[in-house]
Amino acid sequence: MNPRFQLDIFEGPLDLLLHLIKKNEVDVHDIPIALITDQYLAYLGLFEQLNLDLAGEYLVMAATLMQIKSRMLLPAVEGEPEEDEDPRSELVQQLEEYQRFRAAAGQLADRDVLDRDVFRRSPEEPDSETRELPRLRELELADLVDALREVLKRLPQDNPHEILGERIPIADRIPVILERLREGDVEFASLFDERSSRRELVSTFLALLELVKIRAVRALQLERFGPILLTLAVPRDAVVSLDFKDDYKG
Amino acid sequence: MEAEDEASPLEAADETTDRASDDAPDGNVSKRLRSILESLLFAAGDPVPLGKLAQVLPGYERRDIVRTLNELGEEYAREERGFRLQQVAGGYQLRTTRANAEFVKVLLAQRPVRLTRAALETLAVVAYRQPVTRPEIEAIRGVDVDAVLTTLSERRLVRVLGRKDVVGRPLLYGTTPEFLETFGLKDLASLPTLEELGASADALERAAAELSAAAAPPSPEEDAVPPSGTREEAES
Repeated sequence: MNPRFQLDIFEGPLDLLLHLIKKNEVDVHDIPIALITDQYLAYLGLFEQLNLDLAGEYLVMAATLMQIKSRMLLPAVEGEPEEDEDPRSELVQQLEEYQRFRAAAGQLADRDVLDRDVFRRSPEEPDSETRELPRLRELELADLVDALREVLKRLPQDNPHEILGERIPIADRIPVILERLREGDVEFASLFDERSSRRELVSTFLALLELVKIRAVRALQLERFGPILLTLAVPRDAVVSLDFKDDYKG
Repeated sequence: MEAEDEASPLEAADETTDRASDDAPDGNVSKRLRSILESLLFAAGDPVPLGKLAQVLPGYERRDIVRTLNELGEEYAREERGFRLQQVAGGYQLRTTRANAEFVKVLLAQRPVRLTRAALETLAVVAYRQPVTRPEIEAIRGVDVDAVLTTLSERRLVRVLGRKDVVGRPLLYGTTPEFLETFGLKDLASLPTLEELGASADALERAAAELSAAAAPPSPEEDAVPPSGTREEAES
């Protein structure tokens, strides 16, 4: 055993547990909980000796293991004999689920990975778009609020025809904005039709804020107080390929 | 300026296309289409969706385009050419042959792409469970995934799809077209199902246990190859 070598291999308490289960050649469905708990704690002790920063999850798992161990030791409660399920079952489920995803991760690693095993023509630099637009400055949310104020100022002061009570959910505005951006970059002010109600404008604005916040859309400005350019943060060619996805159904 | 370098491989390619088009019903059309498609895919670099190719080639039937693409792909593989034609992220793409990776790497002088286990496991959870929240990923992996999610977002392998309609409105994550391109996947459906992976993982564990019981463990890598490739088409 060379635990020092193993250390950076563990991806967390579940990974360590699976390692111990495999090392002891025991069945995941019938874990000898006392044995595994002792070995688990021994590993934690070793981590400590090596002055490793022990993530909290390891300690939580230690507590869980000790709890299961003590429950296994308790005599079956009379009166509700069949009620008690195996105290290990939840942990077993968790381990099995993790095991599946660990296998999935391994399968991904075995594929021909781009830029590792295979290469494409002119790979896109991850920061190419910021280099293409060097003088553009990315706007803060606060800048956008200022811009909205300008838009609202342009609205007629009193609008007698405005009907209250009509709610425009932000979720409905998001696809509309994305659709327009998909066709090309959009100037901030042009998103806001002056004939729209204040309510509509605010709804569109909130939808835009959400998109900027989740980084689906970027707001750029060439100069202070200049026009604000909205652009898709996802690559446009990627969006195009999404559009054509249905072509493969036939 | 690179014309001289390319002269000889091009001649070789012409020979093979000549031979292949002999048995085609409409040799000249097929040869012409093959040549155009090759140019388009070479020039594009990115995966090109079939719809886009059809748009660029209004004079050709879509099924002829598909057939010719398949022929091209088969030809590259058969002739052991330096690139392969692959269906990736909803499009067709030319990519270099895996066997030549060591040389291409030197030419491009790029630092090796490193995918840590943490990154791969997190990617796997996102790929299979999307749209998925950070707490849901952490429940499966048993560790904090905040930092690794940030890295994966920066590398554009995952992205925010929206917010989950529960208390706290946590962000929902999903994979990107770049994820498909990075792992050479046609679409998400061409990933093996978790059930299949679980089954092969179980089989592996059993095999490993038997081997270690036999006390003569050969290299486990050889046994670890999952039966891939057999189900690529079955899923779609």
